Amino acid sequence: MAGAGVREYKRRIRSVKNMQQITKAMKMVAAAKLRRAQESAEASRPYTETLQGTLARLAAVAFDVRHPLLETREEIRRVGYVVITGDRGLCGAFNTNIIRAAMTAMDEDERKTENGVIAVGQRGRDFFRKRGLVDAEFVNLGDRISYADAREIGNYVMNAYENEEVDEVYIVYGRFINVLRQVPTITKILPLEPPQQEETEEHLVDYIYEPSAEDILLTLLPRYIGSQIYHAMLESKASELGARMTAMSNATQNAGEIIDTLTLEMNKVRQAAITDEILDIVGGAEALNKGGK
Amino acid sequence: MAENTFMLEIVTPEQILFKDEVQFLVAPAVEGELGVLRNHAPLVAALKIGVLRYKDAQNKEQKIAMSGGFMEVVDNTARVLAETAEHGYEIDVLRAKAAAERARRRLTQRDENINYSRAQLAMQRAIARLRAAGTDIDV
Repeated sequence: MAGAGVREYKRRIRSVKNMQQITKAMKMVAAAKLRRAQESAEASRPYTETLQGTLARLAAVAFDVRHPLLETREEIRRVGYVVITGDRGLCGAFNTNIIRAAMTAMDEDERKTENGVIAVGQRGRDFFRKRGLVDAEFVNLGDRISYADAREIGNYVMNAYENEEVDEVYIVYGRFINVLRQVPTITKILPLEPPQQEETEEHLVDYIYEPSAEDILLTLLPRYIGSQIYHAMLESKASELGARMTAMSNATQNAGEIIDTLTLEMNKVRQAAITDEILDIVGGAEALNKGGK
Repeated sequence: MAENTFMLEIVTPEQILFKDEVQFLVAPAVEGELGVLRNHAPLVAALKIGVLRYKDAQNKEQKIAMSGGFMEVVDNTARVLAETAEHGYEIDVLRAKAAAERARRRLTQRDENINYSRAQLAMQRAIARLRAAGTDIDV
């Protein structure tokens, strides 16, 4: 029966349409959240930049200051990676790319150290847990990154470093270029290397330091780590949402193409059915005519 | 800019909380309160958990609760960087009181699971918030 074929096509078109609606909605949600993430990133800039500037100036003045977070260790036995992925999938290759970047860094490290992962985000946590590498996990932090979370991760990392659980710490995140491009990036955060001072006339200003340049520098170190992690988390979140937007946009487009193809095929089947019926009628009529003679 | 005012900016990682001209400001520096007027010499000061007070251009005194950070004064601009900061009038007094009470209980208990330095910081933050909100502290 030809009618059954058409019904089957209708059913399939309907289900693809439903899917298309979902992907379309997810794309719009991702777009809205992305805008918010970008606003947060923008809002964090004055803090980060001032902190960097001041730290650079302090480091130039108090160059002989000593602190565990500033010491490079002679022997590197264990390296920590803060891997920032998303909690969910459906964002193209974003999570995979971040995880692969971390794995590559571990494999290519010629010192053959032990490694530990501080997993931020479920996807990375699940992957590294299977390999028994997870030292700590921070998951389900939501799409709105809070500085308090970043600071908590920072505290964990600094603690682990000071207790010599790790001798170096890197952060792996997705740097946001635009919605189509996110670059997995690895940055060393410990031991801490204070930012270099830019060559400007600011050198000439003679600051009073209260209590002293050294003391202020030391109180700023944990904050600097916190702000670096916060920044990486914001970038990674923007990247994840950008990747999800692109993935969902592609999925919506693909669904559209499938609907077009199915509709075309359905019409062909219907046409064929109609043609068959006409042929039947014509054949029948002719048989009647012949019989009538 | 009016004759006797200078810019005050209060910046946290999440936002610029305040940016306006003020006449006078007192910041909770590590070694005691530190006042700033127009034409202050260039200064970088470490700040502790506490209340920052300023007198705005309309001569009204305002308070801001902040967890430590630092302040940089240069060219008649005072920029305060704090990890968290809140306007006194925005503070939820009940919540701050509850936090102070919780911290006080933790501090008076003897329990190995309690991180005392953390509880102490929580206590200081709660007290700073209550003071900024203009509430008497009797916890």
